[in-house]
Amino acid sequence: MKGLPFKGRTMALVAVLLALLGLFAFVALRSGPLAPVAVTVTTVTSRSVAPAVFGIGTVESRYRYRVGPTAIGRVTRLLVDVGDRVVAGQLLGEMDPVDLDERIRALDAAYQRTDAAVREAELRRSFAQTQAERYEQLLAVRSTSEEIVATRQQERQVADVALLATRAERARAGDERAALLAQRRNLRLVAPAAGLVSARDVDPGTTVAAGQTVVEIVDPTSLWLSVRFDQSSARGLQSGLSTRILLRSRRGEPLPGRVARVEPRADAVTEETMAKVAFTSALDPLPPLGELAEVTVSLPATANAPVIPNAAVQRVDGQSGLWTIVRGDLRFTPVTLGASDLDGNVQVRSGISVGDRIVVYSAKALSARSRITVVDRIPGVAP
Amino acid sequence: MISLAGRDIQHEWGKYVFTGIGLGLLIGVTLTMAGVYRGMVDDGKALLDNSGAELWVVQKETLGPYAEPSSLNDDAYRSILAVQGVAQAANITYLTMQVRSDERDVRAMVVGIASGEAGTPGWPPYLVAGRQITRSHYEAVADIAAGFALGDRIRIRRNHYTVVGLTRRMVSSGGDPMVFIPLKDAQEAQFLRDNDAVVQSRRRTSENPAFNRAGVPGLLDAVITSQSRNPFVNAVLVRLRPGYASDDVASSIERWQRLTVYTRPEMEGILVGKLIATSARQIGMFLVILAIVSAAIVAFIIYTMTLGKIREIAVLKLIGTRNRTIASMIMQQALGLGLIGFAVGKIAASFWAPFFPKYVLLIPGDTIAGFFAVVVICMLASLIAIRAALRVDPADAIGG
Repeated sequence: MKGLPFKGRTMALVAVLLALLGLFAFVALRSGPLAPVAVTVTTVTSRSVAPAVFGIGTVESRYRYRVGPTAIGRVTRLLVDVGDRVVAGQLLGEMDPVDLDERIRALDAAYQRTDAAVREAELRRSFAQTQAERYEQLLAVRSTSEEIVATRQQERQVADVALLATRAERARAGDERAALLAQRRNLRLVAPAAGLVSARDVDPGTTVAAGQTVVEIVDPTSLWLSVRFDQSSARGLQSGLSTRILLRSRRGEPLPGRVARVEPRADAVTEETMAKVAFTSALDPLPPLGELAEVTVSLPATANAPVIPNAAVQRVDGQSGLWTIVRGDLRFTPVTLGASDLDGNVQVRSGISVGDRIVVYSAKALSARSRITVVDRIPGVAP
Repeated sequence: MISLAGRDIQHEWGKYVFTGIGLGLLIGVTLTMAGVYRGMVDDGKALLDNSGAELWVVQKETLGPYAEPSSLNDDAYRSILAVQGVAQAANITYLTMQVRSDERDVRAMVVGIASGEAGTPGWPPYLVAGRQITRSHYEAVADIAAGFALGDRIRIRRNHYTVVGLTRRMVSSGGDPMVFIPLKDAQEAQFLRDNDAVVQSRRRTSENPAFNRAGVPGLLDAVITSQSRNPFVNAVLVRLRPGYASDDVASSIERWQRLTVYTRPEMEGILVGKLIATSARQIGMFLVILAIVSAAIVAFIIYTMTLGKIREIAVLKLIGTRNRTIASMIMQQALGLGLIGFAVGKIAASFWAPFFPKYVLLIPGDTIAGFFAVVVICMLASLIAIRAALRVDPADAIGG
């Protein structure tokens, strides 16, 4: 075959075809399944991590007093409203006494009657005493019979006993009256401690059951958080640890706090560990009870160990591990993970050593046969 | 021997190349359509791959969690963990909804993933930026297709979530990008309605005399508390211990836990065979028609190209060129056109595929099949042209 004449149009044709061929080869190798996977790589360093536990909680008052009647009854009046400050012993309201006042007055009369009976018995006894003494003197001068004296003495003893009985009756009437008065006092709803009225559940005129709350008082100086932590990440949680509290209404203003208590009883249904976290700074204004808060508990920093980002951890054939780069080849290395912090740094207990190069991000799932190209940033990710 | 085909192409090379490019764009469309179909199927498979599960435990007698709603108690996973052969079992929830970020909102599939460490079933298997979720609330890992950046605050129902990680190719079977959030938040998001609805529902309960009884203080609070909990998840993802057959473990869970369990092939059957079946067939039908139309157009182009040269062919015959030479010239030209077209088509499809809103998967198998289809069509088309060329009378070269 003769060579083609070396003409301009041949050149153009060949150039177009070559460009087409080049583009085709580029497209076939750089896109689709044959293309190398873009990965980013980091070197394992040794350092400590500061683990932290994250939970959410609600603002609660440590002391909450629910004031209500001890017997069924109707509320006559309430003197306080939600938001009022009260002092210990302050009258909050009163229950309807119904017939209690009348019964007290009846008992007053009964008492007076028994009091009169006592006075009568005293008079009788004093007369019997006088008579007995008189006849004893007469007997001494033999002016009366022994029988009459014995009668007078017996009358005196009877009068003594009658006096005792009426006195006891009077005491009973007095105690009954005192009991009714105590019941009457019990109808007064009194603040057991100083605090803030947080709820007024009923209004005057309502009939409430025994033990039902009429007014709730909280101690605003004892606000704390009831926080729930996921059990799987609550390792190391203990009382005394310092925390960072972020109230939902005050985003961007973290407040200091301290774990006051880790509840000995966890929630088996929601799989959460519960703890109480106290504020360590004064709060002004007070957050409303029930407000949501995010709580981060800082745990002591760990000793130095190889640290990797958690994005690098992959699971292959049921094992957690990392893709390491050994002489340009990908190799899956199973590892045992240790402590981690909330910024995604994880310490590795075994399986990898400082200075190893590992894959952090990849544009698709990797396998040992993947061709890779190391980049600074996976294409498509905004800087 | 002089290459007749080469000479002829040289003669009008611009026309030839542009015809090839035009043909290529048509082939590119056909390849893209095949890619769209493959992408749909791949979206379904990606959903299964990314969940990292070998078994899906769902509500009894449902096709959940992807094809049908399914709900099971969130403590069901504990008894599943006790079944022999189960290595890991993790709750998961799926909810397709609009996710808001500033003024934009994106249709996304919100996935609630159980707490644990990377590699727990349901977690995104790899990231392209950021980190995995470490807090048990209010963090999110989003698919890059959702358009969120690291540090963005997105709103799902009433809570705001910080995007801490980005991943890729984590899509629902419909191609919606996924947003991963902690399970407890997702359960709440599934259940919680807007605040007005919550308040009204509370009021409705408090006005129901059955729940608000004067003699039973505390009953109303108890009822409202029980109403505002959601102890349900959509599925439990199970990974097996090595050496256990998925069918055995599945039947054991089905028998003793009285739940429905799907293995990977069954799940693929549900997704590909039921969920995307109609739309995939729709695309498939379109692909068939497009392939037929492309073949017809290729044939017409080659045929008309040959007919345009009929006078020259007559001259060739007149000077005694053998039929074989003429036939090979036409076939070479047709194949050359096909090759240029195929290359242009493949290049065009590869370049425009990433700009499609949904995933377009160009697999080498389709490309190779496309290549052979193009070659065969060109050969068949050239046969018709050759037949026309050979039947030409050499006298036509001089005649009218």
